[in-house]
Amino acid sequence: MRPKEPCDRRGADRLPSALLCGAACVSAALVFSIFAFLAAFSWPVLSGGQLGSLLSWHWRPLAGEFGILPMVVGSLCLAGSAMAVAYPLALGVCCFVHGCGPAWAARPLFVSIRFMTSVPTVVYGLVSVFLLVPVIRGAFSGSGFSWLAAALVLAVLVLPTVVLIIDTQFQAVRAEVRVAAAAVGLAPSQEMRHLVLPLSRRGLAIAAVLGFGRALGDTLIPLMLAGNAPRVPGSLLDSLRTLTAHIALVVATDSHSAAYNSLFACGLILFLATLCVNLGVLSVRGRRLG
Amino acid sequence: MVKRGQGAESALIGFSWLAALFVPTVLCAMVGFLVVRAWPSWGAPLFFGDTPALAALTGRAPVFDGIWPACVGTLSLIGLASLIAIPLGVATGVFLAEYAGRRTRMAFSLAVDLLAGVPSIVVGLFGFALILLLRRTFAPDANTGLLLSALCLAVLALPYLINATRLTLETLPAGLRLAGFGLGLTRWQVVSRLLLPASLRGVSGGVVLAVARAAEDTAAILLTGVVANAGMPGSLTGKYEALPFHIYYLAAEYQTPAELAQAFGSALVLLCLTGTLFVVARVFQRRLHRTWSGMEVAAWR
Repeated sequence: MRPKEPCDRRGADRLPSALLCGAACVSAALVFSIFAFLAAFSWPVLSGGQLGSLLSWHWRPLAGEFGILPMVVGSLCLAGSAMAVAYPLALGVCCFVHGCGPAWAARPLFVSIRFMTSVPTVVYGLVSVFLLVPVIRGAFSGSGFSWLAAALVLAVLVLPTVVLIIDTQFQAVRAEVRVAAAAVGLAPSQEMRHLVLPLSRRGLAIAAVLGFGRALGDTLIPLMLAGNAPRVPGSLLDSLRTLTAHIALVVATDSHSAAYNSLFACGLILFLATLCVNLGVLSVRGRRLG
Repeated sequence: MVKRGQGAESALIGFSWLAALFVPTVLCAMVGFLVVRAWPSWGAPLFFGDTPALAALTGRAPVFDGIWPACVGTLSLIGLASLIAIPLGVATGVFLAEYAGRRTRMAFSLAVDLLAGVPSIVVGLFGFALILLLRRTFAPDANTGLLLSALCLAVLALPYLINATRLTLETLPAGLRLAGFGLGLTRWQVVSRLLLPASLRGVSGGVVLAVARAAEDTAAILLTGVVANAGMPGSLTGKYEALPFHIYYLAAEYQTPAELAQAFGSALVLLCLTGTLFVVARVFQRRLHRTWSGMEVAAWR
């Protein structure tokens, strides 16, 4: 290549730098514009006298009641119960992969976990509607479209997310303690219980927070399986409606502009929940280990 | 004599076996059920209905009963979303890995993590709001359609691209950069002539994962213009069909056993598509790892 003057080179370098910086700014601006759009469109509801109507327990759009509290409760119940199933399972899978199970089984198991991340949500939903829901209908009474069905499938959906985060943490911790543990004669299960698990506290907390966020944000599983009745569920076999499914249902059926505005409030709640999840992760990561 | 705490360790082992057996059971049940139910509908009629395959492929005859329009809809969504997301994502990744200072990088990473966590239905709502805004301002007849959905999917795929590009660049050996600067290259020359070609595989892996993410998403397109019956996608602003929505719609609204079988057939097609993309992405990433393993990893900054 032909040599150039240093100052000339710096000049030629300025354009790509500016372009790259511009692209990064556009990417970052997307997050803020999502927030700005949600805030701007839900402002009429939040600022006007309708706030009381929004924060009520009744969703009756025809009667002018746009209460979204049942959906907030529904989202929290569903995400919480799904994590209560998925988290111990994920922990078990990670213990199995990291020494508690035989070495020959660890790799295929991990490959299938990775494969699970690529399975489309709608496929989980479809199979569950025709495989799991009839089982629940047969075992208990009712339609089968229930909190229970949605929670079980959502647990399967978030499982790989949680496993991959915990696994990253376990790998880092085991790289440090493995030799020492073997030298003092600890069995793999002892190493896991007394060294790896206590030392991985931070990663375990991050996995819980991110998994919860993922469970909260999923739309299709609750939409297809939870029955979508807009009220607070009384038992695991009751139908419930989440914020995400609520948005999808109302856009598909209603054309009431007041109903739309309340949807943006739902979107805003979900966005703020995502923000809390990320800040939670940051604060856990920033804290000292132990 | 049983030592103190041994019971807890046996319980740990037992539980880990239980959890480990759960995963393949669920996976086999799901794939097995899907294949068994999809089998009766599998074949050319699944895609093209009664229309001859060749005529349908060349676009000379419309397809009424098949899922071909939905496949084309999904493919055009993927293509458009990639056109938007790949340049933006790769450029952002390069900026964060090679140009940004420590503080800038932390601020931008927070934004990217936040974007990655935003639920897809919220991104769909964002697209919907965009159309409402356009209608109120300078395009009163704006409506949801293919381009809007592609934009939303691009937003969803963007964090994957940024993180893949950034991670790949950061794992390249430090010697590569030092050699470049030592030869008197500018930063852009180092990036464009050395680092990007060397990280091509990792970036491609990220691209493929991002494409798979865009292909499977249903929630965002639900709000931005997908419909059950639109035929082949005609224009950028027109309504269109897509595979994931087709499956969702048939699962809820099927009239005949044949339609239900078609839903399972479509699900199997979609699973094959995302599965293939997943395998391709893995191959890219493992090759990259093999190329640079054993070399000193970047201690850059």
